[in-house]
Amino acid sequence: MLRYLYADELYQFPKLARSMFLDRADQFKTRLGWDVQINETGEERDRYDDLNPLYVIWEEPDGTHGGSMRFLPTTGPVMINDVFGHLTGGSPICSPLIWEVTRFCLSRRASSVVAGAIMLSGGEVMDGFGLTHIAGVFDDRMIRIYRLIGASPEILGSEGEGRNRVYVGLWPYSSADCERVAARAGVSRDLSRMWFNAAFAKGGQLRKLRSA
Amino acid sequence: MDGKVNLEPILEELDAASALEELEQVTRTLRDTLAIDHIVYHWVDSAGDQYGCTTYPQPWVDRYLLQNYHRIDPVILGCFQRFHPVDWKRLDWSGKVARAFLKDAMEHGIGNQGYSIPIRGPNGQFALFTVNHTCDDTVWSDFTSTYSRDLILIAHYFNRKALEFEANRQPEFSRTLSPREVDAMTLLALGYNRAQVAHSLSISEHTLRVYIESARFKLGALNTTHAIATAMSRGLIVV
Repeated sequence: MLRYLYADELYQFPKLARSMFLDRADQFKTRLGWDVQINETGEERDRYDDLNPLYVIWEEPDGTHGGSMRFLPTTGPVMINDVFGHLTGGSPICSPLIWEVTRFCLSRRASSVVAGAIMLSGGEVMDGFGLTHIAGVFDDRMIRIYRLIGASPEILGSEGEGRNRVYVGLWPYSSADCERVAARAGVSRDLSRMWFNAAFAKGGQLRKLRSA
Repeated sequence: MDGKVNLEPILEELDAASALEELEQVTRTLRDTLAIDHIVYHWVDSAGDQYGCTTYPQPWVDRYLLQNYHRIDPVILGCFQRFHPVDWKRLDWSGKVARAFLKDAMEHGIGNQGYSIPIRGPNGQFALFTVNHTCDDTVWSDFTSTYSRDLILIAHYFNRKALEFEANRQPEFSRTLSPREVDAMTLLALGYNRAQVAHSLSISEHTLRVYIESARFKLGALNTTHAIATAMSRGLIVV
């Protein structure tokens, strides 16, 4: 299932959180050879993890991480502006209606459903929170994955060559895109919405109280 | 609350505000324009100090402060450290303390429906912008889906204005337009369509859309037309 967790909620899911940061080390350092920091416990974390971001995490039946990505609003510090600002034409992307996604990660054990389900969560977030776009930084390899998932981004800029080529891109909200991603992933929109609502609708108590 | 009302005059009033009392007047205008019960802009800093403006009745404001309700208010607790807008129905009102608080609030004339937008400002600053009303769930969900994007933008414009009032504050980012944004807005003001503007600037329409979006936010506008008008009236673009 998909979980939506802010960083300050991760402590409630220690196994899930630990395996996410280990899988990030495995993907970004071991497999892709990126210049990322691995801490003494083997986890990949960066300064954006300290800003209480929102994570969407695929939880495997055994409670471990299957895949994930990380959201932050572009009104605060974000990678697309801090690190890759020169790729968007000298104008920072800054709007409360545009959030950044980074650290799209898939574990080695992840089934084919996981990548699509995570992308679909981007659609749920845009739909549920009134966003117009999600922006992201990704490498060459992801372009192909996004195409397979059915969610190709609009490319704003890129630099580097081959394996090291880095792109900045945008996904505008479109319900048709969500339906396509859902269909390809084999996850129904209803189920995807249910995961979203499970995370962000804690109560229903106000209604009960009023009718009491 | 039928149809969608024009909120641009309110943004102009907000932009012109130079003191907290004027912000308070803006909350009243906004409340009346939206035909809802209340608007609250509430800033809580890391030391627990509170600041803001509201159309809530004064007895409720006094009581809230006296009781230190910000420590148990499910809206504050549910929105602190968050950045997604929150419908009050989605908060946890199940505890005894929260239920008593809600009862007290409603007895003081606070509506049963709320939609709160958390804002993360610079250096750990945190604020909440809330719209509040008395109605059923269907009416409320129509209202929030019609206005959510406008309300999110207005919430951030309120916070930006409030930050301006703080003494010795450095502006968080420049509100002047970048050269590319000036080019884009000028061409749009001249009546070019987006495809023509993108072509003239040798950029994709996607990139153009990002320029327009960031210019709109800098200008404190709700849509492109309003952003162009604001840029012209401030002399940022010359047509």
